[in-house]
Amino acid sequence: MHMADALLSPQVGGVFWVAAAGTIAVCSRKLKSDPDDSRIPLMGVLGAFVFAAQMINFTIPATGSSGHLGGGLLLAALLGPSAAFLTIASVLVVQALFFADGGLLALGCNIFNLGFFPAFLAYPFIFKPLTGTRPSRKRLFWASLLAALVALQLGSLGVVAQTSWSGIAALPFTSFLLVMQPIHLAIGLVEGLVTAVVVGLIWNGQPELLRLSTARSAAPVAGRRKLVVALLSVAVLVGGVFSWYASAQPDGLEWSIQQVTGQEELAHSQPPVHGLLAALQEKLAFLPDYGFADLSEMEDGSLQSRSGTSLSGILGAGLTLLLALLFGLAARKRPHRS
Amino acid sequence: MAGTESRLFDITFLDMLACQESPVHRLDARAKVLTTFIFVVVVASFDKYAVVSLLPLFLFPLVLVVQARLPYGFLGKRLLLVAPFALMVGAFNPLLDQQTQLLLGTFAVTGGWLSFLSILLRFTLTVGMALVLIAVTSFPGICNAIDKLGAPRVFALQLLFLYRYIFVLGEEARRMVRARSLRSFHGRGNGLKVYGALLTQLLWRTIERAQRVHKAMLSRGFVGTVPLLQMKRFTWQDGAFVGLWCGFFIAVRILSGSAELQVWVAELLK
Repeated sequence: MHMADALLSPQVGGVFWVAAAGTIAVCSRKLKSDPDDSRIPLMGVLGAFVFAAQMINFTIPATGSSGHLGGGLLLAALLGPSAAFLTIASVLVVQALFFADGGLLALGCNIFNLGFFPAFLAYPFIFKPLTGTRPSRKRLFWASLLAALVALQLGSLGVVAQTSWSGIAALPFTSFLLVMQPIHLAIGLVEGLVTAVVVGLIWNGQPELLRLSTARSAAPVAGRRKLVVALLSVAVLVGGVFSWYASAQPDGLEWSIQQVTGQEELAHSQPPVHGLLAALQEKLAFLPDYGFADLSEMEDGSLQSRSGTSLSGILGAGLTLLLALLFGLAARKRPHRS
Repeated sequence: MAGTESRLFDITFLDMLACQESPVHRLDARAKVLTTFIFVVVVASFDKYAVVSLLPLFLFPLVLVVQARLPYGFLGKRLLLVAPFALMVGAFNPLLDQQTQLLLGTFAVTGGWLSFLSILLRFTLTVGMALVLIAVTSFPGICNAIDKLGAPRVFALQLLFLYRYIFVLGEEARRMVRARSLRSFHGRGNGLKVYGALLTQLLWRTIERAQRVHKAMLSRGFVGTVPLLQMKRFTWQDGAFVGLWCGFFIAVRILSGSAELQVWVAELLK
């Protein structure tokens, strides 16, 4: 889903514009130094392919609706991250101008949500490790499905975060998240399935088109650095997402303090730095005390909190899987190096 | 995604509009791109409850539409087609923000309704302006402009390539869809299996085409960079267009913050 200008503040829009423009500049420089100049026409034509592919759709059985290709991950698998990012960005520019999808200020957000996540997170950290050095059709299928799904979930998380940072829509972060993530889980499943089928067919017909062979050429140092970046981004995600779902009941430590002292938190003289940080945190926290309290006053609290729990379950499972995967990857690679 | 076949038609139609002849069409593409961008940022910078103070900004798109003789109906229809997302998210504002912000006589207007109206106006202004920009500038013009304004050449080229081949591959996809529907009875064969095969077929044709294009480029002396056509010079008219309109936007923005004007508007509404 595209972020819209109408919901965006100039600060948030500006930050993502700078981020998107910077990534475009870096990717362009990378491509310029690439000796293979056949990639330039290939990128342009594949961008047009994504458009054309969206004109074809298929019927989803038993629902009456139809699905089509998302494109981000497929482009990454065919072109590599940098070229794929530029291609997705160009597709989004055309969509913003001709079809008014999103708008010009939101273009930065959209390029980030739909380009950065599939090309620089889902592709190198999910698709590539899962397909491994000896890809099979089954592996490719699951890798494409999972990577496309995660990329779309991150993209929709981006839309929710950008909307709530801008503060123009009054919709609270959590309830917006609860609507957006499950919808995009469904869309992501369909898009992931399509991507998986197409990647499988390419693998059958012309496997050399998929950029799988380059997986081995990564230098070990770069690989380790990548892993650190991946773990960091997972940590940010876990911290960012899970803290919102933390229980409103006091946790074990808080409970025991309460039992011992009769207060929820220990009263103590705060050093100035602590006070400053606490004030900062209060300012930065979008959801002081988890925001679910507001929700339950406003609407049917039980339903909301239950769907919140299940969603956190889904997200949690997904992230744990990702984490386990990365650890597995690290463990598998180590013997090769020594 | 809006109607698939109509998308190709929209591009063609906007292209046709961009080929017209008018004072706005004659302006330098850089001037139009810059002014539009500043316009969008100014619109976004308004307070979330701004409604009346946004109205003067409609002057810019309206003047362009009139000067360039663009069809209102087409632009309006496109706006309606893409409205749902902003509408859906904004529609919660009246429910969630119940604080009274404005009294119209005895009628209390809550903050939610004001911000919802504001979102609708912002949407119309920003999205409408994107459509107007492409209808008075043409896509190659915009690519040239962003290249001149400092975007990486590879990216500008990518945009031009993409634009060139949308029509070619779009036609091809349309033929495939038509062929499939002519052979399908009671919706059979519209499932994922045939779809995957169709898509992969299209992809192979695409890649083959890219290889042919690359060979054609090489045989015409391609050495890794493509020279883009030189644009005409940035004249004083272009400078005046950017200066006057941006001055107007900023004046509207500053005046909207002044207390006297707000009092005056409030008096007027009573």
